[in-house]
Amino acid sequence: MLKEISLHILDIAENSVNAGATRIEILVAEDLRKDELVIKIKDNGRGMDAETVKAITDPFVTSRTTRKVGLGIPFLKMAADACDGSFKITSGVGKGTEITATFRRSHIDRMPLGDIKGTFLTLLIGYPHVNWCFRYRFNDRVFEFDDKQVKSALDGIPLSDPQVLMYLRNSISEGIDKITSQNKSSVFQEMK
Amino acid sequence: MNAIKSLDDLKKVREEALAKRKLRETSGATQVIVGMGTCGIAAGARETMKAVLEYIETHNLPNIVVTQTGCIGLCEQEPILQVVSSQQEKVTYGKVSPDVAIKIMHEHVEKGEVVKDHVIPSV
Repeated sequence: MLKEISLHILDIAENSVNAGATRIEILVAEDLRKDELVIKIKDNGRGMDAETVKAITDPFVTSRTTRKVGLGIPFLKMAADACDGSFKITSGVGKGTEITATFRRSHIDRMPLGDIKGTFLTLLIGYPHVNWCFRYRFNDRVFEFDDKQVKSALDGIPLSDPQVLMYLRNSISEGIDKITSQNKSSVFQEMK
Repeated sequence: MNAIKSLDDLKKVREEALAKRKLRETSGATQVIVGMGTCGIAAGARETMKAVLEYIETHNLPNIVVTQTGCIGLCEQEPILQVVSSQQEKVTYGKVSPDVAIKIMHEHVEKGEVVKDHVIPSV
């Protein structure tokens, strides 16, 4: 079992990579007014036909070849269902896949979001050939990180170069801290 | 080390890194691969990955390419970490906690000495 929602995100994104996606968008949205936590992972990978989509939450359906069970998606669906939430998957062959899991934020069984910064950084560094777009929404405030600009500025220098690593870690960390901090006025000042 | 704040700074870093790379071209980059399937993640692979990245950052190690991969069918050995360098054959390590990862980074990646206790034989 995975103990953090951000570990589920890491896991589902891994599926997108294996589906040959070149662009993967991840959204984490926390809304205190709606008492909701939503995660969305959208890729442009090869997608699945309707039959596979229907069967995908069954642990004995998997595309892997090393073993005959796949637990990632059933785990996530179970976690969302356990918190008055919902799970949705839309996919089409050649059209990519979009997975949305919604949790009631205050539900006693909702697992913590966990280390979302570490998850974003791990994906960004670990799969450099993918164009990553991370979005974190907290009520009305949004942090967005699309790696396109960074990668074109680097032009082939590995993301695991120590200085680049520091830059990426700080960008993600400060960006998320800024929108989740309660002090709105300081956010607006920094934006100017 | 000055913190990078903008894309322009990043371009400067790129030029420096290119210059350094030219000097080092003969030795080649070392690749560190972390297994990140559902099994790896459940066993703590993200923390292993973070330890590797932190080591690179704090020790300012250039010329290391860190990537991740899915399940390779050795779930009971997760978290799994592989080191590939031009001097040695690929080495696969099992049960790599963050502490073990730091040891591997120090002894194998930096000094070229395989950490024998954690090698998975015949992979």
